[in-house]
Amino acid sequence: MTASDVQAWFVREVLPLEAMLIQFLHHNWRNRSDVEDMLQDVYVRVCEAALKQIPVPAKPFVFTIARNLLIDRVRREQIIPIEAVADLDALGVAKDEPSPDQNVIAREDLRKLQIALDRLPPRCREAIVLRQVDGLSRREIAQRMGIGEGTVKEYVAEGVRALASMLYRESSGRKA
Amino acid sequence: MSDIAREAPLPEHADDVHTEAAAWVAERRYADDWRDEDQARLDDWLAQSPAHMVAYWRLDAAWRRTEWLSAIRPASDATEHRMLPLMLKMAAAFAVIAVIGVAAADYLLTPHDRTFSTAVGGHETVAFADGSRIELNTDTSLRARMNADQRVIWLEKGEAFFQVKHDAAHPFIVMAGNHRITDLGTKFLVRRDPKKLEVAVSQGRVWFDAHTPSQSTLLMPGDVAVASANSVSVTRQSARELATELGWRQGVLVFKHTSLADAAAEFNRYNQRKLVIADAEAGAMKIDGTFRATNVEAFARIARTVLGLNVADDSNRIVVSR
Repeated sequence: MTASDVQAWFVREVLPLEAMLIQFLHHNWRNRSDVEDMLQDVYVRVCEAALKQIPVPAKPFVFTIARNLLIDRVRREQIIPIEAVADLDALGVAKDEPSPDQNVIAREDLRKLQIALDRLPPRCREAIVLRQVDGLSRREIAQRMGIGEGTVKEYVAEGVRALASMLYRESSGRKA
Repeated sequence: MSDIAREAPLPEHADDVHTEAAAWVAERRYADDWRDEDQARLDDWLAQSPAHMVAYWRLDAAWRRTEWLSAIRPASDATEHRMLPLMLKMAAAFAVIAVIGVAAADYLLTPHDRTFSTAVGGHETVAFADGSRIELNTDTSLRARMNADQRVIWLEKGEAFFQVKHDAAHPFIVMAGNHRITDLGTKFLVRRDPKKLEVAVSQGRVWFDAHTPSQSTLLMPGDVAVASANSVSVTRQSARELATELGWRQGVLVFKHTSLADAAAEFNRYNQRKLVIADAEAGAMKIDGTFRATNVEAFARIARTVLGLNVADDSNRIVVSR
């Protein structure tokens, strides 16, 4: 597998599981501040494995990795979590559910993107829209917004991080 | 699975990794000139740790998701007020670049008729000595008789936006086929297709005299009169809907619950490369969105990724089917 194969697979199959993964980790690990780092570990392990062979289907594989990571942590830190590591079947992740119509997913993704953009700080949104809709260069955006190019970069970085969290972390289809 | 559960070297905190990865995405995606040495620096950073790579993939994927921006439709009135002006404001910015050949010229009052026309994808503004201006949309042609006695425009085909300097002694008249539009101090749009004529008023008032059936109507701001072979109807639009129709003045097409077939027809007015909707079922799908009129490729990409349609592409046409 080339890195770009794995990248495409990761974006397509793994990132959409992030909201559920976070929920799984929160549920099974008392120290919430560790969860970000654990998620990073899961992703790293998943991608290292995928470089050898892309696992099909992705979902049970990703959650097995997450569970193993939790078990490793429990052993290493010699603590017993209050709840045992959750049964993957209970989460409904073991069997790969038939995925909804691609069309429906895309519309849902679009809706999420719109909501996410709306919630970005206005300056971050402006910096992104000026690039994607207007195709302006960084210098032109800086002039338009009346700020330095370095500040444009900061707005974009902040905006991209916030977008990723909103797009991948918040599960969709739930009542607000 | 045990082979991948290895002891990690002292791991960096995810938060720090994300901060760095976000800075890289911002740098890479906003670079005016991304050189080999820039890529080499990025590659070095990515190679330092798989965590770097994965964090970069994740954030870059979020960035690429914003390529869908042009297909976003405001969901509710509340968001619309915030989003649409932003979009149109943005659109106005690129119109400066995208609208090639805006010929703002002062034409002397002349006893002779003058002809103005635009090619497919064209957009031109003509300014007259009396202070009136006419903006010609794609594939439009008109003849103008502007002199001390008369101000008459014959719209042969296409679409134009008129901003008229009112002069009660010299009414400004637009003829479209047998229909006559007389300005009473105003801004208005006239679109002439083979099958119908449309007049929309954005400011002031106009008299619309339809020929068949013979009917005179006073149109107010927001009024849209449509005359087809044997009927005339007048509807009222909000200022926002009107702004949508006038999107072409900023180089954009705005669709709201527009069928794919109609959207394709709109694109085809502006582009030599034609969109063909191969089956009726696909043609009936409704879409929303704001697109650059000349970026038919972006539209095709959305049709594929969002609507899940097949898109076959050759040099002179794009065929969309289910």
